[in-house]
Amino acid sequence: MQKKGWRSARAPLIWVALALAIGVPIAKAAGSEQLAWRGPVYILAGFAGIVALGLVLVQPLLIGGYLPGLSAYRGRRAHHWIGGALAVAVVIHVAGLWITSPPDMIDALTFSSPTPFSPFGVTAMWAIFIVALLAALRRRLGLRLRTWRLIHVPLAIVIVAGSVVHCLLIEGTMETISKAALCALVLAATVKVMVDLQVWRRRRTLRGESIAPQ
Amino acid sequence: MTMVVLNRRNLLAVGGSVLATGVLASGVPGLLLPARADGLAPTESMSGGANNYRKGAAIVDRIGKGGFWMSGTVRRAGDGAPLAGQRIQIWAHTTEGQEHEPQSHGATLTDKDGKFRLEMPQIIPIFGQPHGHLAYDSGEFKTVFLRPVMRSAKETSLEAHFVLQPA
Repeated sequence: MQKKGWRSARAPLIWVALALAIGVPIAKAAGSEQLAWRGPVYILAGFAGIVALGLVLVQPLLIGGYLPGLSAYRGRRAHHWIGGALAVAVVIHVAGLWITSPPDMIDALTFSSPTPFSPFGVTAMWAIFIVALLAALRRRLGLRLRTWRLIHVPLAIVIVAGSVVHCLLIEGTMETISKAALCALVLAATVKVMVDLQVWRRRRTLRGESIAPQ
Repeated sequence: MTMVVLNRRNLLAVGGSVLATGVLASGVPGLLLPARADGLAPTESMSGGANNYRKGAAIVDRIGKGGFWMSGTVRRAGDGAPLAGQRIQIWAHTTEGQEHEPQSHGATLTDKDGKFRLEMPQIIPIFGQPHGHLAYDSGEFKTVFLRPVMRSAKETSLEAHFVLQPA
């Protein structure tokens, strides 16, 4: 009886947990007193960064098939589109910060910033752009699944590690505990999907994906 | 008005020593301070120090409504003699304005002991760090831009120290 109850509650609980993991940090940041001293463009840029971190959490969950109710196919499609959304969020983040203070953004992009978190964020940004570009061109380039994973997995590790360090070192609108919790979940989800899919092994297929190059 | 300098420190910053670099950069003025009067090394400009600089900020009694104190010293490289009457420009992102806005800028002069102190609005974190900007650029000595970082955003004062060399 208990087991059955858990099973029926499990799916909605996972979705609620995901919504809280992303929603609570955003809500806490929305209540930050720092916002009073910021212009709208700077605020938008900051929240684009927080949303981007939330999307980085969703990505391994989708590809690992941990989100109930999504077929393997739909999970992969969602991973694909959310990857695109992540790239857009990063563009808004960088563009908004550029408008807010051009010299500080130029310093960051040229790896000459005094802030220790900037190179981590910029490195993750380039990794996101490379993955998004290659994913969009994968068919045209005729990339085989194995080659694609050989490129994507290391870049995914760079994205996750870079984003987490970038976020943790920043003193901004995010509340410390909800920020640390979101970062821990991003790391945990990434490690889990890497272990579950045994990404270090030569595998022919990803969950339910066809062997033939698409 | 940015100073993009690719030096060894910046290259290192790409790697894992980023934290150490940040500490080093913010600790430099302190490290240079100890009373080694003979051969006192000049302060180097900090990376990002000149960001959002506005030339010719007016000498003021106080920037905005005040409540936060920026202070420091200006000395001569080599013998460490205090430099009086030196104009120091100060700006930051505060509760009363963003870094680039004119009302966020002001200047003050050092006293006979080479000390300066200017009241300004509370500095708040911008671009991920609560920090201020200071400049010496009056021409007699080599221009120096500093960017000290507060240990905590709750602090209500910040220090920066200049050791200037002839231009």
